[in-house]
Amino acid sequence: MISDTAFWVLTILLGAGTFLIRFSFLGLLGGRTLPDWALLHLKYVGVAVFPALILPLVLWPDATGGTLDPIRIAAACAALAVGLSGSVIGAIFAGMGTLYALQWLS
Amino acid sequence: MTARSFYEGARDCAPFMIIVIPFSMLFGVVAREAGLDILQTVSMAVLVIAGASQFTALALLQDNAPVVVALIGGLAVNLRMAMYSAALVPYLGHARLSTRALMAYLMVDQSFAVAVRAYEERPQMTAPQRVAYYFGCMAAICPLWYGCTFLGAVIGEALPEALSLDFAVPVCFIALLAPLLRSGPHIVAAFVSAVTALAFAWLPWKLGLVIAAPAAMVAGAQCELWLARRRAA
Repeated sequence: MISDTAFWVLTILLGAGTFLIRFSFLGLLGGRTLPDWALLHLKYVGVAVFPALILPLVLWPDATGGTLDPIRIAAACAALAVGLSGSVIGAIFAGMGTLYALQWLS
Repeated sequence: MTARSFYEGARDCAPFMIIVIPFSMLFGVVAREAGLDILQTVSMAVLVIAGASQFTALALLQDNAPVVVALIGGLAVNLRMAMYSAALVPYLGHARLSTRALMAYLMVDQSFAVAVRAYEERPQMTAPQRVAYYFGCMAAICPLWYGCTFLGAVIGEALPEALSLDFAVPVCFIALLAPLLRSGPHIVAAFVSAVTALAFAWLPWKLGLVIAAPAAMVAGAQCELWLARRRAA
């Protein structure tokens, strides 16, 4: 359960912080450019954050009380396979579709 | 002439509605599932307007991570927008400060990509036309983002437990991750992130993420530098 205080503190800070990131160069820093080392590392933010978020949610989901569930692992693999072909929505449908199909079969 | 540019921006971004509608509805549904009320769900969408970041922060908070870890996770995912902000300066930096603030607030991935491509392909666009085009792009996306989040939050109430909607969260992250795995260094970074997250999964407060993400960024960057050196040699 998420407490109201935690939620509002997080949302307001996340909203403000996200705005400052978006506003950074356009609003405050003008024509200045990011240093090369920053650009080099920023390219990898997405691939650095998502796997670390995904794995615990797939391997130890709350819904199964934290135990391994082969159906969820298979569904995650299906989503990844379709996602690699470039379709974001296709990946979501493949993941949830595989989950439902296997849950129904078992 | 600016009305026409506004319309062109909206038209060029329209295909992305197909992604925005289900994605924002899913956020509405998942947020309700996590225990947020409708006002909280829509507030988050309006204040943040960044799907991956909203999902990240929400997933961490739901997993009992402290607020500061959820905030770091949510902001880290948005750091890429500093690059967008820098890329827009040559095209939109001339606008008034209040206009640029509104542009910054509305900045989202798909519209950014469409706008920059248009500016590069059509150097004859005047400065006011570029501004109008930008707002046209965002007009195709942002109102839908709010509206469909609200719709999802309302519908979410009625959906049964059997739909395992908790699983939609990692599936969304996978859908966002897969298209990013487009080069060797990106794959290396993803792999380091995965291994590090598992190795430090025993840490409390989701600190594994706080270690895994920087480690993976350094791994990706170093791998890219190594490849460049090898090519040069």
